[in-house]
Amino acid sequence: MEHLLHTPITEDEVRRLHVGDIVYLSGIVVTARDAAHRRLLQLASKGAPPMDFKGLAIYHCGPIVKKSEDGSYIVVSAGPTTSARLEHFTELVVKVLGVKLIIGKGGMGKTASEIMRRHTAAYLTLPGGAGAIAAKAIKRVVDVKWLDLGMPEALWVFEVDSLGPLIVTIDTHGRNLHLEVIRKAVEKAKRLSSGNLK
Amino acid sequence: MELSYLEEVVVEATIKLLRRAATEIPPDVMNALKNALRMETHELAKRQLELIIKNCEIASKENVPICQDTGLICFFVRVGDEFPIKANLYQLLEKAVRKATKTIPLRPNAVHPITGINTGDNVGRYAPVVETELVPGDSLEIKVMLKGGGSEYPSRLYVLKPSRALEVLPKAVLTAIAKRAAFSCPPIIVGIGLGSTVDMALRLARRALMRPLGQRNEDSMIAELEEKLLKMINRLGIGTMGLGGDITALDVKIEWAHRHPASFPLGIVLQCWALRKASCTIRPDGSYRLGW
Repeated sequence: MEHLLHTPITEDEVRRLHVGDIVYLSGIVVTARDAAHRRLLQLASKGAPPMDFKGLAIYHCGPIVKKSEDGSYIVVSAGPTTSARLEHFTELVVKVLGVKLIIGKGGMGKTASEIMRRHTAAYLTLPGGAGAIAAKAIKRVVDVKWLDLGMPEALWVFEVDSLGPLIVTIDTHGRNLHLEVIRKAVEKAKRLSSGNLK
Repeated sequence: MELSYLEEVVVEATIKLLRRAATEIPPDVMNALKNALRMETHELAKRQLELIIKNCEIASKENVPICQDTGLICFFVRVGDEFPIKANLYQLLEKAVRKATKTIPLRPNAVHPITGINTGDNVGRYAPVVETELVPGDSLEIKVMLKGGGSEYPSRLYVLKPSRALEVLPKAVLTAIAKRAAFSCPPIIVGIGLGSTVDMALRLARRALMRPLGQRNEDSMIAELEEKLLKMINRLGIGTMGLGGDITALDVKIEWAHRHPASFPLGIVLQCWALRKASCTIRPDGSYRLGW
């Protein structure tokens, strides 16, 4: 099934998403990687997050951004980064900040999917490496914070138009496609290497 | 630093090399991706492969990086013993990296391990990574690979018991891939290094990734092992981006070295589908040719 969503995302919209569905997302998407998540955690624990994240999407992405002559930013390439590194920030992102969609690649684990189920959020993937295509959906850099962390680690606030196709791989109904595939693969690896399988 | 004509050429050629690697997918990789799309039967995998191929076409047409992670820059350099530039080469490569980071642009990816501070230009302590070989002749060959961060995550080193190594090897490789390949943007290319010291096993594994896809190791025993492992990996069902599918790996490459009788190092270095590489050969008169 295909969904056209616009931020802010409601809980009802998240509940309608199922693993395997395709989403095209418009609205506000905020990038955050390792260092940005650490800083978000520090600020949120003091009750002072740098912006309102409610109903928005966090994008695990460290983009290449060029500053043009008039001082505006041009996003050159902006595909997803490996989400597994950010697993332990899920509670912060979903429960504390109120983010409804996490976008990344490679999937997230059991802890993350449980938190997302409980607080009604979903995980969506873009094909890793497809940075040139993803950049096309980014219409404007609305804001950037924390450039002291370096270009890839800064918090980029993007306005996107039909970012996608995003594939739903963790939904609120208990499914986590990444873990399902890994579980089967590990089982198969065992059988293949013990010679029990032709 | 005042550069000689030949030094200028080395810098210029290296910048072109970096641009080619960042923005153009090599023909062997594109062929492998198209073959994967033909053979794949899973819908989600097919849809993503189509997007990946389209992304490469856009990147090449618009001259922008295929992937925003333009990697840690790794050079493999073969210096002819009659080529006039020697130790100064490192400085020239750094100069080219600085310029290329600004002009292409590449993402600055050299970060201090403790402070996390980014140097901002991809140059730092042992960055770029340079592997040098001295060879007979009068030319200079530079190959570059842009090694993305996510694809390094699942890389592994095992030191196997020599008496059981060949039985255990498939299990070590398959388990590493089954558990973690999804983090490194499959369909992956698997680099394997057998033998030597532990560090050399990993280096061989990384070097193996530079051999053209589809080309087997010239040693028939090693070639057979490559094929056997590739078949097994493609039965794991991981598929494009780990969402399930028939094609998990585009190829398996093995390089080997003689080992100590008491140890059997096995280095596994994974590579995302976006194997970004390019090469060039520079002659002492300043003429050069770009290749893959």
